[in-house]
Amino acid sequence: MTLRLSNVFRSGVAAVAILANMASAPANAFCGFYVAQADAKLFNQSSKVVLARDGQQTAITMASDFEGDVKEFAVVVPVPTFIERKQIGVVEPKTIEHLDKYTAPRLVEYHDADPCAPVVVAARSMPAAPMMAGAMQYRFRQDYGVTIEASYDVAEYDVLILSAQESDGLTRWLTDNDYRIPQGADAVLGSYIKQGMRFFVAKVNVERMKSIGNGQLRPLQVRYQSAKFMVPLRLGTVNAKGAQDLIIYALTKSGRIEAANYRTVKIPSGIDIPLYVKNEFGPFYKALFERAVARENMQAVFVEYAWDMAWCDPCAADPMSNKELVELGARWIGSDDDVAFRTGRRGSGSDAFATRLHVRYDAKTFPEDIVFIETKDRSNFQGRYVQHHPWRGEAKCDAAKSYQESLATRFAKEATDLAAVTGWSRSEIVAKMAQSGETAVK
Amino acid sequence: MTALSGRRLPDARYFQLAALATLLAINFAIIDFGARPEASVIAIAGALLTQIVCCRISGVPLDLKSPLITGLSLSLLLRADALWLHAAAAVIAIGSKFVLRLDGKHVFNPAGLAIVVLLFTSKGVWISPGQWGTEIWLGSLAGLFAILVLSASRRADIAVYFFASHAALLLLRAAWLGDPLAIPLHQLQSGSLLIFTFFMISDPRTTPDSHLGRLLFAVTVAVTAHYLAFFLQMRPALYVALIALSPLTLVLDRLIPAARFSWRSPNPQGVST
Repeated sequence: MTLRLSNVFRSGVAAVAILANMASAPANAFCGFYVAQADAKLFNQSSKVVLARDGQQTAITMASDFEGDVKEFAVVVPVPTFIERKQIGVVEPKTIEHLDKYTAPRLVEYHDADPCAPVVVAARSMPAAPMMAGAMQYRFRQDYGVTIEASYDVAEYDVLILSAQESDGLTRWLTDNDYRIPQGADAVLGSYIKQGMRFFVAKVNVERMKSIGNGQLRPLQVRYQSAKFMVPLRLGTVNAKGAQDLIIYALTKSGRIEAANYRTVKIPSGIDIPLYVKNEFGPFYKALFERAVARENMQAVFVEYAWDMAWCDPCAADPMSNKELVELGARWIGSDDDVAFRTGRRGSGSDAFATRLHVRYDAKTFPEDIVFIETKDRSNFQGRYVQHHPWRGEAKCDAAKSYQESLATRFAKEATDLAAVTGWSRSEIVAKMAQSGETAVK
Repeated sequence: MTALSGRRLPDARYFQLAALATLLAINFAIIDFGARPEASVIAIAGALLTQIVCCRISGVPLDLKSPLITGLSLSLLLRADALWLHAAAAVIAIGSKFVLRLDGKHVFNPAGLAIVVLLFTSKGVWISPGQWGTEIWLGSLAGLFAILVLSASRRADIAVYFFASHAALLLLRAAWLGDPLAIPLHQLQSGSLLIFTFFMISDPRTTPDSHLGRLLFAVTVAVTAHYLAFFLQMRPALYVALIALSPLTLVLDRLIPAARFSWRSPNPQGVST
């Protein structure tokens, strides 16, 4: 197969973190990272990785926000061991979307009861803005070169497992095939090679994709047995302009996961926020996340969700089914039943604990790949923001008077807290609150 | 070190207590490393009680500084999903000092042993090596305390040997892999590494008596930890290496005899003269 000179080696991942892409692009398009879909997701240049870990059995499912011609997409993922055909699969994008919605930071609404009547509390929840619904688009070109240990047809993909004995084997292979390797990528690939890692390389088989009749590329999943429990971010930082976002969802048996070599910090949660934020929940969460990142000097991994999958309160989306969890790699559940996952924790051993981590990183603040450890911590946590709708009905009793007075204090606190977590101007917040009727009524 | 040894220094354990208590206070007030108040209270109380009971049984004079240090170390390092596990850790740590003795010297660092034993036997225990972050100021603070502690206990050498050999291994690995310097530097800034270096491997009661013995021990622990971390992917590699190799101290003491360390008879000889 001949390759065009304009092929540019791009890295991104699961993309941002894990995949290196070879995309046909103008020679000056070294910028490397996918342009975000206009409005479907909150964080630009974000990628998603689902890790499922049982002992040393790991499944990694990679989704990126690459947009473009499927023919022009390739992935190169360092993997710790040789991969057999049966260890590779594709996952329906909607399954990851479901997990994303299920674990997303959420806004919860409460309506104050009539202060003059018996208490009736209603609650409902609204998930955070969906991260994305984009197509997974991988493209790859292969040629001669380093040891091709295996080649597989996997759904709409052609997959190769490469190894390189020499330190610069893979980079030479890429260079000899007219791939322009951005400065720094060769060193990173060399580091992985010396650590004995193989490379999982995939491209789209357009013919097969047509015959499958699936208009959308599906995320690839690789399963392997390895003591290594990490996400190789480094390829993604080589060519990056600015910081990138990576969301890591983990399904584990014993408890939440955390980074072993970076701080893991809970995202601010449980804050009461003004009503108008409902219409700008996306920008709100983005501002909150950015401020949290700045406070930790961009050197921390943030927990957005940590919860036993057997229940949720409130659920930001329908519970995941057994089938979906197994599809994402939680095979110890051992059931294809298309019913909501419910664990009989005592004795059945079918636990599934979900952790959602969000990391914003660049080469400077995250110089080494993130290594994870599975803790025994099963305490629940969610990024959760609360809205209390004041009672607007008629209320003439004595209790109503003190209720009205308490509202003033409440609104003031909401404005202060919102300003603190987002960095937004408090006076603007107060003005917007007034527009939605959140001013004290004496 | 000599600058501090001109006068006879107070018991080094006062410095250790101050250092560990300060770190715990930082945890509760400024940066959350993961320590919890209830767990800390239980670990510290458990360590003190165990010491009292063991001293009563064995007839050893009671001194509460050491168990307090162990309790503080456990508070800072150990994480568990149930409070009783912190009590169990305290009992294992202090009990080991009385039970696992040879030649009048206890073999294992008490807190280190409790952590490793529970990691391998309990389903509810873990450690969070990443939680300390890599803030330079924290490292500096730990370093400052460490200078005081180590000069007072005259065990600065083993801390330096360990840190130097650990750093050398990380730098060699980075050079071999072609990794940027930022990677070993990031690994070396870890707060948990500093705590291990200054408050665990340098514990004067469980380190070899001789200077050469301490050098050999420090290098062996560094090499073993490196192997565990990078080849076996074991995360609490430092603790496991230290505890697994602790019996080596007895061998080194036999092969290279030297004066035994004692908290009670500060011996300025050979330090300032």
